[in-house]
Amino acid sequence: MSDSFNLEIVNPEKLFLSSDNVSEVVVPAFEGDMGILKDHISIISFLKPGIVKIFTGNEVKELYVEDGIIEFSENSLSILTSRIIDIKEIKKDDLSSMINEANEALKDENLDDQKRFITNQKIDVLNRLN
Amino acid sequence: MASLDDLKKRITSVKSTQKITKAMKMVAAAKLRKAQESAEKGRPYSDKMHNIILNLSKNINDKENAPKLLAGSGKDNVHLCVVMTSDRGLCGGFNSNITKKAKSYFKKILDSGKELKIVTIGSKGFDQLKRAYKEQIIEKFSFKESKNVNYFDADKVGKMIIEKFEKGEFDVCTIFFNKFKNVITQIPQEQQIIPLKSEKSDEKNDVMNYEFEPEEDEILNNLLPKNISTQIFKAMLENSASEQGSRMSAMDNATRNAGEMVEKLTIEYNRSRQAAITKELIEIISGAESL
Repeated sequence: MSDSFNLEIVNPEKLFLSSDNVSEVVVPAFEGDMGILKDHISIISFLKPGIVKIFTGNEVKELYVEDGIIEFSENSLSILTSRIIDIKEIKKDDLSSMINEANEALKDENLDDQKRFITNQKIDVLNRLN
Repeated sequence: MASLDDLKKRITSVKSTQKITKAMKMVAAAKLRKAQESAEKGRPYSDKMHNIILNLSKNINDKENAPKLLAGSGKDNVHLCVVMTSDRGLCGGFNSNITKKAKSYFKKILDSGKELKIVTIGSKGFDQLKRAYKEQIIEKFSFKESKNVNYFDADKVGKMIIEKFEKGEFDVCTIFFNKFKNVITQIPQEQQIIPLKSEKSDEKNDVMNYEFEPEEDEILNNLLPKNISTQIFKAMLENSASEQGSRMSAMDNATRNAGEMVEKLTIEYNRSRQAAITKELIEIISGAESL
């Protein structure tokens, strides 16, 4: 396991996932998807709505995140997010209500560009899952 | 002296009160375990968040242009106090401890001629503060409907606070809550969240060289509002654990007191019953003697 590193995903309620042998994580960073391997340079970045892919051996785990921030240092990656759902556990009803919610938010005239962009992203991702 | 019937009634009434307090204690104990668990589970998030912000702020060289949430608005005139209490009573000194702490802080602020604004979370705090500080309370929240403390409630409060800060309605924000130490001890706390008080960084010079994507200040701008919500969420979790703990010990005391009372009343009841019997006997005997 020489090329594996630590991963911790926390949301406000609990430690969502913790593993010490992931080989690669792909996160939807704000400026584009980013793959993180062992010995990556220390980095802090934040996430836009999207899919986090976690590679452990031959297994791939996919999680939907709504926002968050990642920190990678000394071969341990922390992902902090306020909303995270395993794609396998996501329900059709929840999806459509989330999409509706986002569409509602878009109607707000005062939304600034960044928020509008993020919400659009969210709708895209959710539609793809649907 | 009360009649036998009255005593009997009182004993039953105390006994049923005891049953209620006992049941409440059990419920509080069960809820406490859950609340404590979630308070502990919530810690990694806020700790990590804190660490990242610490790392970020170390990397900011240009202190002048630091985001206002971190550095403050440069003034110290208007103080916003967020007082967190419970929605239910019967939990000992839980609520009054917080409001006492808050009130002494309010006094300090008002005495130094600064303006005070209050936000209450939880209806008990509002009830206790509305008499003395009616004018200063600008907003009140109550999350009675949410069964458990959840992040979205905290986020709502956080967003409101940030909005007010951006409008320049206050300069300093402090939150008041009870920190859960153990079942018997809860410590009322005040914590300043805007501007962020950086604890005396222990001068560790091993500042990690992080790569930032996007720029530091952009990340900070995005992160600081989240941190506010996180801090409030943490406080809410601590508070709910404290509330249950405090209720548990209060109800435990009440159950014990009721037990003592029942004992005392039973002795009194037995005594007066014996007195009545003796009196009757004397009457019969003296009646027989006079024949």
